[in-house]
Amino acid sequence: MTSDLFIQNLFNALTVGSLYALIAIGYSMVYGILRFINFAHGDIFMVGAYFIFFAAAHLPWPLAAAVAIGGASLMGIIVDRVAYRPLREAPRISALISAIGVSFLLENLGLVVFTGLPRPAVQPQWMVDPITLGSIRILPLSFLVPAVTAILVLGLLWIVYRTRPGLAMRSISRDIETTRLMGVSIDRIIAMTFGLGSALAAAAGIMWAIRYPQIHPFIGVMPGFKAFIAAVVGGIGSIHGAVLGGVLLGTVEIMAVAFYPSMSGYRDAFAFVLLIVILLFKPTGLMGEKLEDKI
Amino acid sequence: MKFVKVLAGAALAVFMFAGLAQAQIKIGVYLPLTGQNAFGGQLELEGVELAAKEIPEALGQKIQLIVMDNKSDKMEANNAVRRLIERDKVVAIIGTYGSSLAMSGGEVAEAAKIPVVGTSCTNPLVTQGKTYYFRACFIDPYQGAGAATYAAKNLEAKKAAVLIDVSNDYAVGLGAFFERSFIALGGEIVSKLKYNSGDQDFTAQLTEIISQQPDVLFMPAYFAEGGIIMKQAKELGAKFRIMGGDAMDNPETVSIAGDAAEGFIHTSFPYDSNMPDMNDEAKRFTAAWKAAYPNKEPNVNAALGYASYVMIIDALKRAGKAEPAAITTALAATKDLNTPLGLLTLDQDHNPQMPVGIIEIKDGKRVYVGEVQPAE
Repeated sequence: MTSDLFIQNLFNALTVGSLYALIAIGYSMVYGILRFINFAHGDIFMVGAYFIFFAAAHLPWPLAAAVAIGGASLMGIIVDRVAYRPLREAPRISALISAIGVSFLLENLGLVVFTGLPRPAVQPQWMVDPITLGSIRILPLSFLVPAVTAILVLGLLWIVYRTRPGLAMRSISRDIETTRLMGVSIDRIIAMTFGLGSALAAAAGIMWAIRYPQIHPFIGVMPGFKAFIAAVVGGIGSIHGAVLGGVLLGTVEIMAVAFYPSMSGYRDAFAFVLLIVILLFKPTGLMGEKLEDKI
Repeated sequence: MKFVKVLAGAALAVFMFAGLAQAQIKIGVYLPLTGQNAFGGQLELEGVELAAKEIPEALGQKIQLIVMDNKSDKMEANNAVRRLIERDKVVAIIGTYGSSLAMSGGEVAEAAKIPVVGTSCTNPLVTQGKTYYFRACFIDPYQGAGAATYAAKNLEAKKAAVLIDVSNDYAVGLGAFFERSFIALGGEIVSKLKYNSGDQDFTAQLTEIISQQPDVLFMPAYFAEGGIIMKQAKELGAKFRIMGGDAMDNPETVSIAGDAAEGFIHTSFPYDSNMPDMNDEAKRFTAAWKAAYPNKEPNVNAALGYASYVMIIDALKRAGKAEPAAITTALAATKDLNTPLGLLTLDQDHNPQMPVGIIEIKDGKRVYVGEVQPAE
């Protein structure tokens, strides 16, 4: 492989990887606080992509993005109120199954409301006009996505470590009952957690739709799985781990095809093999060793 | 009093008899009305419905269409055919868009001995060795040869690459047939890469293909993936022409791919609402469609849906009775049937012969540039 080709692939990997990372941090944050895998995360991602599709038809793009993120976090709060809050005292497995139910519900609701016809997403042109360096071509988006991911991670860390609701979230992750006794409104903090997680999902959905400009009700399924793998590989519950896992997963996928073109049909399988191998050697994921210190 | 009762009874009997005489012929339709193939399925259904409106009766009985959505899903296609046969007791079935779906539904129909006419399922295995599956469209070896002929002769391509969805029977088949014909025509396949349905990132595959510098990329995808493949190819600076199959025949191709679709070529069935030399039946169909659906252009899927219904009615008439076995025998003998796609005659494998249409995207519009007779 020539060095040009390798660098091109590196940038391809960075783009996919940081998109996975962006989805994975939402998964990981919700898990870190509630010890609960929100399987509907990928579908909130889809809803976010649709929201911006409709909002961008009437509003300038940045405003449309804000509306989409706001709409999706409201959706997350509603999902929590309807499908998770009634199961707060039930065994964790019930909430998990409820999440799978919500996932199917959102997909099929999407099918009914938006129809199955893929819609072309709005792409701000400056983000997708490639920059040419010799034979290497890079989209400005390839720099934008990691930047957005970094800003959101910093924002998230700030909320979790520097604000009072963040303190309550960390407290809930340790011991719900004691937190309740301290006078914290558990339901409000958990709703806030889902709102925040859904806002992250929507942000990911928006960036994803710019890179892959085609929106349909099942758009969140495969990215959702991949991001879940990324979160687990990185150590679920750890925000840094989710970023690392996402970038690693993107790199493995792209490089596997780049070095072994004849294996390109097994590209998705590489992701799952990576998951198995890492879990065999580090069952808690790459950055998940300190179990009790998860945010 | 007794007399009145007798009279009422007689009247009732007459009504019942009339009811029997007015018995309906039930024809099932299973198409993808939702999911990734919804666009084609919807148009095919509208084609079937247009034909049913024109020919509402056969053998003096009313035709009742029973429509099932197979949701672009193999399992749902299987269930849809089962329900049509077991619950609705249909005598014949129309469907479907998508070879994978047709193969799944075909299993059930074959076991239950109910004839099916496929609309746009082009994989040879749909009808090969089957007694009860027929179709209104050509098959992929022929389509692949058509695409290869156009690439080698008209585009003068020497080197080709293929990019195939490995989880899709249609794509795997059509890709292989293109490859075989292109090599037979003296061309070289320089790269052969794969992906899976639902994938959205093709940059790794495309970077590899670009490095092999082919003249043409053959990509028998569905339009949803095809659109973003074209887009990513352009972003990565691809210089080759991209070609696809009939599944790319969709206005959304251009709306998703934007200017990346410029110069894209795909094969199709020989009907288009803007084709230059339209036969009389196609002209009549186009006019009837525009009267029925003023806001929608007819396309090739609509024409195939229409033709499928016409094939069943023709078979019903020649069979003389609405029984599955008789309809099956009559369908197999379909000869010179006048449809918007030309005169249809089924061969021993239940496939009609028709030329391969070529469509090119020019200035953001689909242009029917002509037809090729594949070099076998």
